[in-house]
Amino acid sequence: MFWVKIKRITKSGFVNFWRNGWVSLATVLIMVVTLFVIGSLIFAKTLLSSTLAQIQDKVDISIYFKTDANENDIMALKNSVSKLNEVKEAIYISKDDAIKNFQERHKDNALIVQSLTELGDNPLGAVINIKAKDPSQYEAIAKFLQAEADIEDPGSVIDKINYFQNKNVIDKLTKVINSSKNLGVSLSIVLIIISILVSFNTIRLAIYTARDEISVMRLVGASSKNVTGPFIVEGIMYGVISSVVAVAVFYPFTYWLGPETESFFGGMNIFNYYLSNFISLFFILLSIGVFLGALSSFIAVRRYLKV
Amino acid sequence: MIYFDKVSKIYSDNLPILEDINFAIEHKEFISLVGQSGAGKTTLLKLLIAEERPTEGKVFFESADIHSLSRKHLTLLRRKIGMVFQDFRLLPNRTVFENVAFAMEVAGREDEDITIDVPQVLELVNLMDKSSSFPHELSGGERQRVSIARAIVNQPDLLIADEPTGNLDPLNTWEIVQILKKINELGTTVLLATHNKGIIDSLGRRVITLEKGRIVRDDKEGRYVL
Repeated sequence: MFWVKIKRITKSGFVNFWRNGWVSLATVLIMVVTLFVIGSLIFAKTLLSSTLAQIQDKVDISIYFKTDANENDIMALKNSVSKLNEVKEAIYISKDDAIKNFQERHKDNALIVQSLTELGDNPLGAVINIKAKDPSQYEAIAKFLQAEADIEDPGSVIDKINYFQNKNVIDKLTKVINSSKNLGVSLSIVLIIISILVSFNTIRLAIYTARDEISVMRLVGASSKNVTGPFIVEGIMYGVISSVVAVAVFYPFTYWLGPETESFFGGMNIFNYYLSNFISLFFILLSIGVFLGALSSFIAVRRYLKV
Repeated sequence: MIYFDKVSKIYSDNLPILEDINFAIEHKEFISLVGQSGAGKTTLLKLLIAEERPTEGKVFFESADIHSLSRKHLTLLRRKIGMVFQDFRLLPNRTVFENVAFAMEVAGREDEDITIDVPQVLELVNLMDKSSSFPHELSGGERQRVSIARAIVNQPDLLIADEPTGNLDPLNTWEIVQILKKINELGTTVLLATHNKGIIDSLGRRVITLEKGRIVRDDKEGRYVL
């Protein structure tokens, strides 16, 4: 009997969905909009974090060593820096690498190449580039370095630490990055709440039109499950169809926006992101849609079950 | 079978709709409930299917107090009572067949029973040829016959009909009454609320008369007297 019941409930859900064509269509459209908003927020979040990550990646601290610094001292400093929790990576560029990079960068500039050859000796010191896990941690790293190797001491191997020159820029950037993250999160939450409420109310209205039917079902002797079941099936169908439509709509949408985002945000093409994350995107929207549809139906029907 | 024990119903404006109602219904009776509009007929029937609760007193079905039943037991009770309404109350998105089958489905009947019983009942109310029509494609008399078919398909102990002929012309009215009589002859208790004098007088069965919320007459072989 259990399977017969499931079969009947599913069937009447499908039949109701089909015979209430216009109501179903309107509800599905509203839900498509909701899921589209949620999906767009996912894309926006990815774009924002990839852009921020790129900017963050450009921030680092460089320690410039004196040209006569002993390599062992440098390596010792590098090791102690690498052990810090805040440090993501510390890259050592030796004197020789530094001059090679310099020559490579300026190989088209005859004047510089010529003056380097005339100089004969390597005028550049070794460098350690340090990247922090989070931009707000540069200050702590810089303080540590300052304490570790007293720069003011004439015997120090360190020539200069560029953090103190760039401090203002780095601080400002940190603030911008943090506040855009916060803004993004709160904006997304507000938009998601609004769109979920709109969907929820649309489904409630759809069921409101069936309230007389619900009381008739009760009076004919239908149990709560008999009445609620088909509406939940309908809600699930709204969710499934809407998520399929929403995901499909994202194809032309991202295809059209992809090149724009690539040139504007630098490197990040949302069309590629759409293609490579198609399955997870679909499942996220599908589960949100199904959950939203089923829950809204359940809550809405319960009101009219009291007969 | 059914027993009303000192039942009163007062709505929020403090005017009693029903006052001190006492009567019993025996098995296989055909009872007509008469009275002018507003005398409390519909309220009395709503109490019987627990669509409304009494302000005072109790209503018993067999030995169970209807208004203290749990929701689950109330659902089971409603399957023993068939209800026919003046405004038909069919499910608009279901065909005639599906409307009747719905009552069987919710009662947990097997598919085989449904495919056998529904056509039989539709035959009884003479609607076999309309079985795949939707309610809005039917006339008033046909809709009421569907509603009767739905009410009796689970072979209820009691059939309640609230002004079933209120929206119908005399010919359709006569047909409906014939169907109700046939159902009663097949062994179902029938409780018919009406203010149609012609029906009552032609039936010659028990008549309970309501006036301003009170029972003023209860005659074994009554006529319509007001």
